[in-house]
Amino acid sequence: MATVSAETAVRARGISRPWRLLAAALLAGALLVGLGVGPVGIGVTGIVESALSHLPFLHVHSPLGSVQEAVLWQIRAPRVVLAAIVGGMLAIAGSSYQGVFHNPLADPYLLGVAAGSGLGATLAIAYGHVGTSGALLPVAAFVGGLTAVAAAYVLGRSAGSVRAAGALVLAGLTVTLFFTAVQTFVQQQHTNTLRDVYSWLLGGFSTATWKDVAVAAPYIGVSSLVILLHRRVLDVLSVGDEEASSLGVNVARLRLLIVLAATAGTAAAVAVSGLIAFVGIIVPHTIRLLVSTSYRAVVPLSLVVGAAFLVLTDVLARTVVSPGELPIGVVTAFFGAPFFAVVLRTSRSMR
Amino acid sequence: MIELRELAIGFDGTEAVRGVSLEVAADEWTMLIGPNGAGKTSVLRALCGLIPYEGDAYLGGREVRALGRRELARLVAFVPQNPVTPPELTVAEYVLLGRTPHLGYLASEGRHDRQAAARALERLDLLPFVERSLGSLSGGELQRAVLARALAQEASILLLDEPTTSLDLGRQQQVLELVDALRGDGLTVVSTMHDLTLAGQYADRLVLLDRGAIVAEGPPVEVLSPANLAAYYGASVRVVSDEEGTFVVPVRR
Repeated sequence: MATVSAETAVRARGISRPWRLLAAALLAGALLVGLGVGPVGIGVTGIVESALSHLPFLHVHSPLGSVQEAVLWQIRAPRVVLAAIVGGMLAIAGSSYQGVFHNPLADPYLLGVAAGSGLGATLAIAYGHVGTSGALLPVAAFVGGLTAVAAAYVLGRSAGSVRAAGALVLAGLTVTLFFTAVQTFVQQQHTNTLRDVYSWLLGGFSTATWKDVAVAAPYIGVSSLVILLHRRVLDVLSVGDEEASSLGVNVARLRLLIVLAATAGTAAAVAVSGLIAFVGIIVPHTIRLLVSTSYRAVVPLSLVVGAAFLVLTDVLARTVVSPGELPIGVVTAFFGAPFFAVVLRTSRSMR
Repeated sequence: MIELRELAIGFDGTEAVRGVSLEVAADEWTMLIGPNGAGKTSVLRALCGLIPYEGDAYLGGREVRALGRRELARLVAFVPQNPVTPPELTVAEYVLLGRTPHLGYLASEGRHDRQAAARALERLDLLPFVERSLGSLSGGELQRAVLARALAQEASILLLDEPTTSLDLGRQQQVLELVDALRGDGLTVVSTMHDLTLAGQYADRLVLLDRGAIVAEGPPVEVLSPANLAAYYGASVRVVSDEEGTFVVPVRR
């Protein structure tokens, strides 16, 4: 009989305590930096005490003036919170697309999901008159995103075996180019209604409001929860479709469910923040490199680290050319494209 | 334990397997032999629900099609010819994957599952390796890890597709001895087998398939006749038989 010590040794690596603490500290630090940095500087104690003063029963008095209070809670806080949930969503979506497609290069942007969501949202604004922050916008974006990922998957499959990483990305790129062309056409037809669409497409949080947060949060919350609950099953998929199936996993249903969840969350993220590339590549792969390749670690950490990453990237976007602002998509692409090249090189040996 | 009636499997209009009827008793080790493309692997894949088939396939009295995927996985463990072994997984993590059919859909492994995995690891002498990554194992150790994962499934039927390919002679014998020993624990084994000399020594019963149909069936000494091997493999062999088994020796034409 196996001894007790053997049984305790037989377990899956999760996330070790130091990494948990580090990830939590990173997110907390990123939020404080995001709230504190700007033309009106606000110190850490100011932020913390002001936050506590908004909680009942604590009787903490905010040290901030009314202008600072307004800047902090009506301008910066929604921006930071939106960047956090969008970043977490894009990272967790990237990690789950990578899992279900057995493809290290899968990313919501590269699969065409972002372009599809963008087109869906644009069509809704142009023809459906839903407004740029309507509650129906994520639904339109979802339909567009789902169309794109389905098209990319079918095209990628017919171009090469499912495991050929490059085929799927090329298919995603094809879909992206086509959807972008349609997008440009629609924009040209409706120059008046779509005045702001161009800047929205580049991605950014400069106009973020609590309303945007309220529109995106439910979708992102449910999607992340669904993906989080499947983190162990995603590990089973690492032995391939056939063996996962012989272990009792309904692979087709699982893939559909995860793609639906990741796409719904991505669509909501795109609807409120535009097209932001490479978060879904940078964050999960950094975690795989540093912590563990198990989805039990990659999925939850992607959510937390992705949030921190995009908040910090947004700080960079609004400070480097201050008082102007860089589109955040430009910043993520600046770091993401070289990173992608590295993943591309190493993924050759992974297969 | 296993009963096939007029099993037929088709791919894109061609019949890979036709009219295969077969019974395998509990604790028996049956080997499917035959030339390349005879349909050996297809039979195994149909038995674990990976490909559709016509006819009937019963496992422990229940039709494969009527079983849910998880139910089926608790009854049959399948080891493919070239299993996917992600190099960064630890042996413990890999063997725990075998517990998947016993876990609730979204649950994670409990004490009982870790015990089952530990038993499988101990049975295959892998306890010193639990924290090693699959990528660091030798071919023989890797094959044992794959068997341990199948064992952790605690299924009563074990299907092995060419369990000895890519192993050297000594490791081939080790693996077959192990499977033979596991059979003593109440496991019914069906495997495909390329190497007829090994097949002649380890199988209780051989089933010779050619172009999708059973052409000979019975104890090794009957099936491995020079006439059969000439007719279906186009091979020229001498067969030596003694109390230790049946030995097939290729002879130069």
